[in-house]
Amino acid sequence: MAPPEAAPFEAAPPEAATPATSGAPSSAAPTVLEAHGVGKRFPGVVALDDVSFSLRAGEVHALVGENGAGKSTLIKALTGVHRPDSGELLLSGRPVRFARPSEAQAAGISTIYQEVNLVPLMSVARNIFLGREPRNRFGLIDFPRMHAEAAALLGGFGVTVDPRRPLDSLGIGTQQMVALARAVSVEAHVVVMDEPTSSLEPREVETLFRIIDDLRRRDIAVVYVSHRMDELYRICDRVTVLRDGRHIHTGPIGGLDRMRLVSMMLGREISEVRRHGMTSFGSEGHDVARKPVLTATGLARRHQLDDVSLELHPGEVLGLGGLLGSGRSETAKALAGALALDAGQVRVDGAPLGRFSSAGAIRAGISLLPEDRKAEGIVPGLSVRENIVLAALPRLSRLGIVSRARQDRVVDIFMKRLRIKASSPEQKVGELSGGNQQKVLLARWLCLEPKVLLLDEPTRGIDVGAKAEVQALIDELAQEGLAVLLISSDIEELVEGSDRIVVLRSGGTVGELVGENVSEDALLAALADHTTPTQDSPNPADTTTGAPVPAAEPSAAGSAPAQASPPADPAPAAEEDPR
Amino acid sequence: MTTQATATPVRGTGTRRNTAAWLQEYGVYAAVAALLLFNAFFTEYFLTADNLRTQLIQVAPIVIVALGMALVIGTEGVDLSVGSAMALAAALLPLYLGYGLVPALLVALLAGAVVGLVNGALVSVVGLQPIVATLALFVGGRGFALVLADGQLKQIVNPDLLALGTGSLLGIPLVVLIAGVLALAVAFLVHRTTFGRQVVAIGGNRRAAALAGLPVKRVLTGVYVLCGVLAALAGVLATSRLTASDPSSLGTLMELSAITAVVVGGTPLSGGSVRVLGTVAGALLMQLLRATLVKHDLPDSTAQIAQAAIIIAAVYVARERRSR
Repeated sequence: MAPPEAAPFEAAPPEAATPATSGAPSSAAPTVLEAHGVGKRFPGVVALDDVSFSLRAGEVHALVGENGAGKSTLIKALTGVHRPDSGELLLSGRPVRFARPSEAQAAGISTIYQEVNLVPLMSVARNIFLGREPRNRFGLIDFPRMHAEAAALLGGFGVTVDPRRPLDSLGIGTQQMVALARAVSVEAHVVVMDEPTSSLEPREVETLFRIIDDLRRRDIAVVYVSHRMDELYRICDRVTVLRDGRHIHTGPIGGLDRMRLVSMMLGREISEVRRHGMTSFGSEGHDVARKPVLTATGLARRHQLDDVSLELHPGEVLGLGGLLGSGRSETAKALAGALALDAGQVRVDGAPLGRFSSAGAIRAGISLLPEDRKAEGIVPGLSVRENIVLAALPRLSRLGIVSRARQDRVVDIFMKRLRIKASSPEQKVGELSGGNQQKVLLARWLCLEPKVLLLDEPTRGIDVGAKAEVQALIDELAQEGLAVLLISSDIEELVEGSDRIVVLRSGGTVGELVGENVSEDALLAALADHTTPTQDSPNPADTTTGAPVPAAEPSAAGSAPAQASPPADPAPAAEEDPR
Repeated sequence: MTTQATATPVRGTGTRRNTAAWLQEYGVYAAVAALLLFNAFFTEYFLTADNLRTQLIQVAPIVIVALGMALVIGTEGVDLSVGSAMALAAALLPLYLGYGLVPALLVALLAGAVVGLVNGALVSVVGLQPIVATLALFVGGRGFALVLADGQLKQIVNPDLLALGTGSLLGIPLVVLIAGVLALAVAFLVHRTTFGRQVVAIGGNRRAAALAGLPVKRVLTGVYVLCGVLAALAGVLATSRLTASDPSSLGTLMELSAITAVVVGGTPLSGGSVRVLGTVAGALLMQLLRATLVKHDLPDSTAQIAQAAIIIAAVYVARERRSR
């Protein structure tokens, strides 16, 4: 994190901004798709709460938000997968209701999902024309014509593959291009792209952006969902931020300060520093040993991790900061031997971990509390006792025969220490509350007496009381000399719980916050790719009306961005804050 | 011998679910008891030592195979190749009986282990679906057995082997005794050993088990090897009862009988639990049901229909219970 050459230009590389301007949608561009006060509930969750969204012809509209913000639900409501409980959809000004995805498609809304949703065994051409194959005069599929048209279509995207090849013989990036070709060829007015670049190589990303520019010229509206800030600023015209199922902001992206965007996504106001407020972490730091217990260098894995390096010392809580998709969970999994790496090394007490395996990492003293409690943590059909001793079974056995007495001792100790509420150790874990399940998992790892504890979202989805207990426990464990790695999307928890925070972006470590800098401001700035924390930019004039945001910074560059050409001049939008 | 008999459901589940839970837990025992009771009153010569002996001898090979199958199903898998493992064991026996019973027996069991090893490797290392992986040996194993035996049915004259099939200890047929001892051993394995608990955990949540450092591949392979060895043993016992090695028809449809016993015994096909005693009772139930109907002069086809009804009921009960 070198402070000198300040960030303004990173906000939107000028060369990238050029195509965006050419077809930049003016406020006069007609609105193609509109959602008014859309609400959607699922059992126990309000996924969308009175969300409005409007999409203009020829614009690329970024849709951003963290986990649970409601992005996917909104997309699904727009594309006929979900039927909203309330609110209405307007397509070119006319109210519409989609009962099925096919109806939305017929109305000109195409979607490219994160996972390619094509038919793997069918040919490229058949995938592109599935359901609307060109026919010959006998009513049969006109294969020559179909193949020629498919080849021409793909050629326009710079993709040269034989359209007769089965789809699954292609690379994932090319498959994505085929999905795109299909979406575009169905006379779409709106193309929704859900994290289209997550599996693309840089070269393919360039092709994608070219296609998007082409769509823009043809007045097709694009909804673009991505976590990659650089992409958003490069390709998008406007941005809508959702958080916890609510609409937070809509406005031109060019005039929007990056840090402000991140703070809206996370729901933290800049300068709203409340150190030691609401969480249950102790206020003083921990006695941290000098010598690291765990050292990771250059961890890399295709599409997920790109040069992650960090050190973890006994007695400290190291926070791992980053936005969704930055590689936090992947890092934790890699450290725990659960994710095969292409490159990099993990050392524990100086000794390199050999072949990557969970068992090896556990033997070396590394324990991981996984993010997805249900899928990767609990064995729901087994009892509390069996879930606690699961990883410790070999240690509680002699000659392969499990000692019930030793099990009971361990289970008793941890049920008391963690105050696990169950009718008995024999109750099935699947019947417990989320908080108690989480405590059972913590007990599973703690009874191994690890040196390093990796906690991935330890308090997500558990009630307030359990949350406080878990936070206090983390504190206590670090005081006892355990090295703890903490991942949390709750920025307050991360800042208050951590002695130090390593920041990840796009799968790589990009900085570290220590001492005074372990603050929400500094973290937000780091997440937003700013070199230094800024003063809050009073920037409240963002509405759905589409009025460009006035650049309110007292900036030296001064020139407020011209109306309707936001990406052309991004510099003044970013802060000039040399401190 | 259930996995968690003492677990108390806390949530207010509907009576329907409670009934389903009770049925899955105890239904098979109740059904066996009801059948015995019915026969005690309405079937002549049913509750005689002779008849019970016959029934138990007939069911013993199924029980032995079903024990291995229960372990496999506990890991959310299935083994279709058990019948072929039986046939392989039967084909190998006459080839090695010249060296004595013990070497021949070991070779036969080894063949079962190899079948299991191949299945286990295909499932755990290659990552094939169990049903596909074991289908390969379901087809290939029997073919190989027929090649070994030249497609011939061979008379067994070795007195030691014949004694295994016909002998008895304290009035209990050896075959039944072996099945009983194996049932106890497998129950011990499931409930008291590291391996057994790992089997259940892997079946309950494979990803969680892997992240907890369990040797998933080794355990899965071990389960298939055990299943293969048990099937081979069943093949040996069945051969000695038949007094002939018959690789072309021995053990055909055995995989279905075994799966039926396991499912009727209350082990869910979705894995995560192995009910050993339930499996034994499941095999007994199917056997008694057929015997009862046959004794009442109903054709075998009726028995098949009745068995089908019970399988559907068992699967339905399991499904009702899971949908919480």
